[in-house]
Amino acid sequence: MIRKDPRKRSRSNSSGQQERRKNEAQGALQSTIGLKDRISSYFSNHCDVASTSFKRMLAAPLVNIMTWAVIAIAIALPVGLFVFLQNVQQLSSGWDNVVQISVYLKPDVSSVRAQALSRKWQQNPDIERVQYISPEQALNEFQQLSGFGEALSYLDENPLPAVIVVHPKTEDSSLLTTKTLLATLQMQPEVEQAKLDLEWVQRLYGIMNLAQRSVIALGFLLSLAVLLVIGNTIRLAIEARRDEIVVVKLVGGTDAFVRRPFLYTGIWYGLGGGIGAWLIINSLLLWLSGPVSSLVGAYSSQFSLSGLGFLDTLALFLVSAALGLTGAWLAVGRHLSSIEPR
Amino acid sequence: MIQLENISKRYQDGYDALKQLNFKLARGDMAFLTGHSGAGKSTLLKLIMLMERPTRGQITVNGQRLNLMKKRQIPYYRRNIGLVFQDHQLLFDRTVYENVALPLIIAGAHTRDIGRRVRAALDKVGLLNKEKMYPIALSGGEQQRIGIARAVVNKPALLLADEPTGNLDPKLSAEIMHLFEQFNQVGVTVLIATHDLSLIARLNHRILTLKNGRMLNDGTQGVFE
Repeated sequence: MIRKDPRKRSRSNSSGQQERRKNEAQGALQSTIGLKDRISSYFSNHCDVASTSFKRMLAAPLVNIMTWAVIAIAIALPVGLFVFLQNVQQLSSGWDNVVQISVYLKPDVSSVRAQALSRKWQQNPDIERVQYISPEQALNEFQQLSGFGEALSYLDENPLPAVIVVHPKTEDSSLLTTKTLLATLQMQPEVEQAKLDLEWVQRLYGIMNLAQRSVIALGFLLSLAVLLVIGNTIRLAIEARRDEIVVVKLVGGTDAFVRRPFLYTGIWYGLGGGIGAWLIINSLLLWLSGPVSSLVGAYSSQFSLSGLGFLDTLALFLVSAALGLTGAWLAVGRHLSSIEPR
Repeated sequence: MIQLENISKRYQDGYDALKQLNFKLARGDMAFLTGHSGAGKSTLLKLIMLMERPTRGQITVNGQRLNLMKKRQIPYYRRNIGLVFQDHQLLFDRTVYENVALPLIIAGAHTRDIGRRVRAALDKVGLLNKEKMYPIALSGGEQQRIGIARAVVNKPALLLADEPTGNLDPKLSAEIMHLFEQFNQVGVTVLIATHDLSLIARLNHRILTLKNGRMLNDGTQGVFE
């Protein structure tokens, strides 16, 4: 069989000198793998390893689907809460712009005096605009909207005071300037009471701030859980392929070569978990969208649930793949060095 | 090709596997390494493969002093050595072709070269028609020849074998040894650890006999005790 190669036939009966030349030829043969080939084979090896490690996972579907599900749930929890908060934020985003101060005038202030007052306030640089509502207007509005129309007609006199609604300038409607304005208005002799209905918005923002922090903390903890799950899964995969690792090391595989399939496996676990989380969140949104739209309809609002946008989805996939890679890297770093040919 | 100077190897449990061993194997030579089990044959091969480091002494292989070699250089060094195992160490979840191609893939050979070289190696061991089969479907002798094809596919300058005929009957053993002789004839330096004295006595090559970690005899005849 060996004689088929004419180059080698000439060597089979060689003297010492030919022997040496032959060995040099051998050396040359070994180095025929040029740099260009090495680079191109490096990339094709990456593609090969990526697809082989994926196929290897599909070969044991049940176990791997369970692992993917665990990762998906762990990722879906903080991301789902994040989406929920985003929706709440979107719902409440218009509210701080509609800051208004209701100024109730004393009953003895005449309507002429009240209108003069509102014109005077209109000149104030901190005030965007004012709106005068006479007691009669207020009563009309109340009769129409409250449903107490009949009852109100039995009253002898209008119990409602005149109101001037003050809209502060929105560009610098910081809480402090608004509160200063409130105090100024309060001190006017004609004013019975000035009321800023902002506190509950502030409280809502406080709660949302807290919730955001909780989501971050939860996300951190669950990321750690994902790292551990993937790390442990990769550790088992390394154990299962111990013999192969030994052979690869003995025929000259570098640590990077040995590591590569496990790192790709980690990436696939992470990415699969990310896609699973995306599916969970979107099915949840789909399930909730019906009740939400009927609820929102009752408030005659334009709000609709928003899911993960394109960039958010991309970030979700990238972060989960990165988590997988990191988990695999940690496991590989700890366990691969202990496997050496003996 | 291989030069050992005053090599001693003491394992961590205090066992002296090799004691002040000296020998030289010239480029293009073929030699058998023999001795009773525990004489140090495997330890010697492990030192050459850098699976173990000597406690004392110096080893030079292919002009490279192994004492100076750093851990990260070891893979590249090993690519120049073909290693054949007693239990052939094939990967049973891969085809014959994939098994033989492994060293080439590791070394970063181009896909078109891999096919050509794998088939050349399989042709040399006479198993070209079995490339798509899985090793489990092959006989013990065929599995060993796949192991040899994998060892030579990279065209190494040095071929080491650790009891390559340990599990084979005499006829297959003779065939395997003949295969090693053929590689030696094209210039590959061959060192085979074996205890099959009756077989190697007929082959007229250099025989190194170890006993208790020392060189007992170095000649063309094995020493029978």
